[in-house]
Amino acid sequence: MSGVSVSELSQHAFASGLTAGQLERLAALAVSTDIPAGCRLFDEGGPAARLWLVRTGRIALDLEVPGRERIIVETLGPGDELGLSWLTPAAQWQFGAIAQLPVSAFELSSGALIDLCEADHELGYQLTRRLLDTAITRLQAARIRILDLYAAPAPAAGATP
Amino acid sequence: MTISQAPAPYRVSSRLDETHDTVTLTLEPAGEPIADFRPGQFTMLYAFGIGEIPVSVSGRAGPQALAQTIRAVGAVTNALCAMPAGQVIGVRGPFGTTWDEADAAGRDLLLVAGGIGLAPLRPALLAALSERQHYRRVILLIGARSPAELVFARELDAWRESGAEVMVTVDRADASWQGNVGVVTQLIGRTGLDPPHTTALICGPEVMMRLTARSLLAVGMSAASIRLSLERNMQCGVAECGHCQLGPLLLCRDGPVVSYQIAEPLLATREL
Repeated sequence: MSGVSVSELSQHAFASGLTAGQLERLAALAVSTDIPAGCRLFDEGGPAARLWLVRTGRIALDLEVPGRERIIVETLGPGDELGLSWLTPAAQWQFGAIAQLPVSAFELSSGALIDLCEADHELGYQLTRRLLDTAITRLQAARIRILDLYAAPAPAAGATP
Repeated sequence: MTISQAPAPYRVSSRLDETHDTVTLTLEPAGEPIADFRPGQFTMLYAFGIGEIPVSVSGRAGPQALAQTIRAVGAVTNALCAMPAGQVIGVRGPFGTTWDEADAAGRDLLLVAGGIGLAPLRPALLAALSERQHYRRVILLIGARSPAELVFARELDAWRESGAEVMVTVDRADASWQGNVGVVTQLIGRTGLDPPHTTALICGPEVMMRLTARSLLAVGMSAASIRLSLERNMQCGVAECGHCQLGPLLLCRDGPVVSYQIAEPLLATREL
């Protein structure tokens, strides 16, 4: 792990639109980390206390389902954020996460992020908006997948295809 | 209603199972062939004694042979999917508008496929790859229900080797899948798209196409640079019966490929 410069952090989509001062305060909390393929970052049910800003690679969010293979619920890649569960009071991972490909990411402690947001409400607002955007995008994607759009359509009455 | 074209006899020369319910048939003319098709067009396939359905042409399988990819979802498609080599069917067409992928020469060409929507896009992709030097990037994003339901999976590596950037995502997968899981729109942000210099061709379930088009607008593409392949109840194929009407369009003639600039307001109209 190593420190993160402002210019490195500014390359990530999450940092887009932040001022130089905000980037500096955020970069001071971040460390750069490399995660080898196959490494499990966390398990379902564990304490959620970190946020990763993924730069390269791919991470699978998964879930152990009794009687079935482990299910991958979503994959995350460059430009994505991994680890939102600390935003809820339970602060507990709802899924597991494993690196499918070697991953490079910026890692931040949720405690330090929350302290920063308490101390700097404008930056807190900016970060909250970004995390909310991510949460809404994933909620909408989950709703679309519930529709099972690629399933065979039920024939309409009278239809013969 | 007058059908102004009789079906031409075509023989099933081979069949290839794509997935558990989808088959690609190679059809050779058993008499006078139909006119040559262009990417995006469809034919009407007639299973004698059962019925006729519209199917997009998924490729050229020889000088006069057609590849047509069919999913078994009803009486006619079940019969076509079950057809052994040697059987004769009727073919009318080709009908409708084309992807006009050559119009994207000098630009990035983005193809976004959902499920069996990859079949109508395949001829445009192959045409672009055959003249790869005319385009900047050729990017193919594919969404499928699961890895087992991915059509043309055997061709993906060859397309990559021919210069396409291919990304696949599935809705559901077990831990053995080493690819993306999620909706196809989530791949758009990972392509490094150059919106003002990109032409997008989209084919899949209509909801998927709407969401994809909206995502492309959100990153700065213009509606005029986005084309969709729309489907309604095509029957006559020659704009006479009116079954495929969508607002002012008769999709067998004015579609299936329609600019999003024209399609956007129509897609909000509830089908009658």
